[in-house]
Amino acid sequence: MRDVAIIGIGMTDFGELWNDSLRDLFVKAALDAINDAGVDHVDSLVAGCMSPGLFAGQEHIGSLLADYLGQGPIAATRVESACASGGLALRVGLMEVASGMNDVVLCGGVEKMTDVSGAQATYALATAADQDYEAFHGVTFPGLYAMIATAHMHKYGTKREDLAQVAVKNHDNGLLNPHAQYHMKVTVEQVINSVKVADPLNILDCSPITDGAAAVIICPLEMAKKMKKKPIVKIAASAHATDTIALHQRDDITWLNSTAVAAAKAYKMAGVKPQDIDFAEVHDCFTIAEICVLEAMGIVKKGEGGKATREGLTARDGKFPVNPSGGLKSKGHPVGATGIAQIHEIVTQLRGDAGKRQLKKARRALAQNMGGSGGSAVVHILEVL
Amino acid sequence: MLTPAIVRRNTPQRYRMEAQKCAKCGKVFFPPRVVCACGSRKFKGYTLPKEGKVITHTVIRTAPRGFGDEAPYCMGIVELSDGSRILCQIADCEPERLKIGLEVAIEFRKIQEAGESGVIAYGYKAVPAR
Repeated sequence: MRDVAIIGIGMTDFGELWNDSLRDLFVKAALDAINDAGVDHVDSLVAGCMSPGLFAGQEHIGSLLADYLGQGPIAATRVESACASGGLALRVGLMEVASGMNDVVLCGGVEKMTDVSGAQATYALATAADQDYEAFHGVTFPGLYAMIATAHMHKYGTKREDLAQVAVKNHDNGLLNPHAQYHMKVTVEQVINSVKVADPLNILDCSPITDGAAAVIICPLEMAKKMKKKPIVKIAASAHATDTIALHQRDDITWLNSTAVAAAKAYKMAGVKPQDIDFAEVHDCFTIAEICVLEAMGIVKKGEGGKATREGLTARDGKFPVNPSGGLKSKGHPVGATGIAQIHEIVTQLRGDAGKRQLKKARRALAQNMGGSGGSAVVHILEVL
Repeated sequence: MLTPAIVRRNTPQRYRMEAQKCAKCGKVFFPPRVVCACGSRKFKGYTLPKEGKVITHTVIRTAPRGFGDEAPYCMGIVELSDGSRILCQIADCEPERLKIGLEVAIEFRKIQEAGESGVIAYGYKAVPAR
């Protein structure tokens, strides 16, 4: 296998972008990445998108995006793993380059979510749950994560305030990210008193519905070294794992096993331990998710994610910053784009280009992207050379 | 999605909670499968018990399409007396009464109003044990 580097990144602003279609969003982010890399063509394109059919009435988007990017007739593949579609797009592109099949590959993610009503968007998102045994009974995604939260609070004594603190921290970080959907400070009291969605989760515990796209260009590490343009970012590990998509079929409701398995594989592939990672971008689709992810990734012990958040471990100036971009919570969550947007933030930090939100220690970082209530997870570890 | 074919196909599980047990390792599957995690492909017919306890719960305040008029409503994951688990609504239960460990009985109830296809969806819900 060849080592692979990331040589270009791009993303749109995240938000309710009524003037932009699915193809507009993708092409903007992709051209940004192509310009940043300084390449004149790509050999192949991989696009992560969860549900262009339900959100935009459009399938067959691989060809559509290659065409509108002016890159036809290259190979173009759409990949889907619910909210982990973006992370999976990078992994599939990585395999093309590592195998020697292609040299320069564009890995992108996009979701156009605000062309449909809130009810239609909720329906589209719920298709990532088990249709026959979860959605049929009237459960929503906030409802599934709420049940994880109820179980976590009961089993480990995690406090309501600990959940709120995840939102407070990520909104603080998002204030410094020009691409973020919400530039809005929130307090623990505001989160706890916001509109109830699915007890114990309120609206300020939930990531929003968002339009947006992100893209990266990857190539063999040896090719990147010859370019000598920017600090080179190497993909040190890529791992993917699955779990039951129905939450109730898991032995431990509070344990995200797909993330645990993918993270363990990634640490092994990169030859590192959790304590060797400087910071992470993780899938905080709901506040409880970030707490459970910290545990599954082995950053804290089982049950201590809430306590660690309360004590400031994951703050921007903490020992292990999590979601310096603002996370899904504040930056926004265009589901297919999220996994690539995480990579965008990590590369920006590793290059030292993060401006006001630049972390002091940024040599090696981890991205964790998750589908559904944890039915899939993709983990990447990136290093700056 | 609720079409006549989907409702008919799911009837053994939704109406009668028909499951199956691996003939080799004894693991219970609901719904039935053709391959067990132990590798066996032999199963025996089995019906889930109708009593259990709540192991986690929520109150849905913002409901999906087809459930809008019912919100707020209680939902939970129920561990049945044989250790198998289902996710369902917890009916006839005030949100304040919901707690982990609440003993429940499983009843046959209406789940969703008739959608565009005109088929009313029935199935199982838990109710606090009397």
